[in-house]
Amino acid sequence: MSMAAEERSARAPWALTAPALMLFVGVLLIPLAMTVMLSFHDWGQYKGIEPVFILKNWREIATDPYYAEMFWRTFRIAIMTTLLTALLGAPEAYILNRMSGRWKSFFLLVILGPLLISVVARTLGWALLFGGNNGLVNKLLMSLGVIRFPIPFMFTETGMIVALAHVMMPFMVLSVWAALQRLDPQIENAAMSLGAGPVTIIRRIIVPQIMPGVLSGAIIVFSLSASAFATPAIIGGRRLKVAATLAYDEFLNTLNWPLGAAVATLLLVALVLIVVGSNALIERRYAEVFR
Amino acid sequence: MRRNGPLALIFHTIFVIVMVAPILVVCLVAFTPEGFLSLPTNGFSLRWFRTIAQYPEFIHAFWVSLGLGALSSFVALLFAVPAALAIARYRFRGRDALAALFLSPLMIPHVVLGIAFLRFFTSAGLGGSLAALIIAHVIIVFPFALRLTLAAATGMDRTVEMAAVSLGAGGWTLFRRVTLPLILPGVISGWALAFIQSFDDLTMTVFLAAPGTETLPVRMFLYIQDNIDPLVTSVSACVIAVTMTALILLDRFYGLDRVLAGKGDAGR
Repeated sequence: MSMAAEERSARAPWALTAPALMLFVGVLLIPLAMTVMLSFHDWGQYKGIEPVFILKNWREIATDPYYAEMFWRTFRIAIMTTLLTALLGAPEAYILNRMSGRWKSFFLLVILGPLLISVVARTLGWALLFGGNNGLVNKLLMSLGVIRFPIPFMFTETGMIVALAHVMMPFMVLSVWAALQRLDPQIENAAMSLGAGPVTIIRRIIVPQIMPGVLSGAIIVFSLSASAFATPAIIGGRRLKVAATLAYDEFLNTLNWPLGAAVATLLLVALVLIVVGSNALIERRYAEVFR
Repeated sequence: MRRNGPLALIFHTIFVIVMVAPILVVCLVAFTPEGFLSLPTNGFSLRWFRTIAQYPEFIHAFWVSLGLGALSSFVALLFAVPAALAIARYRFRGRDALAALFLSPLMIPHVVLGIAFLRFFTSAGLGGSLAALIIAHVIIVFPFALRLTLAAATGMDRTVEMAAVSLGAGGWTLFRRVTLPLILPGVISGWALAFIQSFDDLTMTVFLAAPGTETLPVRMFLYIQDNIDPLVTSVSACVIAVTMTALILLDRFYGLDRVLAGKGDAGR
């Protein structure tokens, strides 16, 4: 390669990415930095936002147990949602993977399709199914004899978890399914020919191999559930707030932007720490699988 | 490979029913002839679909969503295609960091993005404007546009390009006549997926939308806050029908599993 051509190919990637880079610095990084700044500003009912540097909002979040309870609720719901999607989504992905070609792609479409259907419409569906104490879900569970008294779903954490698990399920199925694609089906046959029973095969062969898929799915589901807005807002209403709905209320109802910005910043920082931390943990634990 | 046993098939059946149930219920209730929420027991009726016509704010919101989705996905591609070509073809310092930055809107909670954009555009004097909505949507759909273009550009056979160059094609001609046609399926699928994301976004848009620039999900959300009635189910049924059509086309054209398979492993 000639000198000029070499120089050009060193500059080329930067010339090609420069527009996108400028866009991201100008309209993503700067607004995020401004939000962090905003969380240190003062606010009053009548004076509005004052651009000073104080810790008032952060002190309020740290000392008022209301915020501790709200953040704890947010993460409790996210953890339960993650567990539910893992317990149901992983076996489903496994079953899906063992289907024959045509059925596999049909059901894959049925299960992954909802991922792209409006969250508002899907949550509305759950609101209809829950419908007070005599909704369809309760009627069905009672007629099957699973429960004796109706479970309150609307405006409760239980309802939020069920609806969120439905919204997040495709991510888990997809993640486990991707892990299964890398799995050699002959290993299962080999274990069988060596005399392993079905339980042993699942416990010793399948679970260890799909675990990385379950864990990476869990990280996605957890972070999306902890920051979910539409489902908690519709199912939880104004009574049961999570971090995202609280930030929304502070911004658009109370108009206390600095406090809302502090809640959002805390949510972002907590999620980044949890996601990066668990990613590192998983990669160390399963280094041999990822390689 | 072993077949699924009866227990597995029962599990699968229940799983699929639960996944489909809420969507099915919305669509069924939309056809009720009653004035309240009920499954259509006394026959089907299109009453609530006709009622949509009397609510111009839903119609207007639909057009806003459609235009916003189409435009922001197109603008995102204008930035994403060159960036994807650079990331796919060159090994340069900062490449991984750039890719991580460009995919970061997938990781940042949309409620945080909504707040950041509201703050930013309000202080820039663009609060509540359509321009602010378009720019914000460009950012959130960018990863989807980038991801699919990147996949197409990585898998592309470059000998065709070399042949074109040896025949004397210049940079722009090469891109327009050779490179772009070859990566076009990825680019179009990227546009479609970006469009769906933009069309569906509620969490970020709810912060930026003002009366007149409300998108359909925002309009629906605000409506549900006050009342749930058959009208909002018929609007939802229309949204579901539009999305399903787009999905089936996307599946035929590109393969839904390919579109979605890259979704979970952002930045890796």
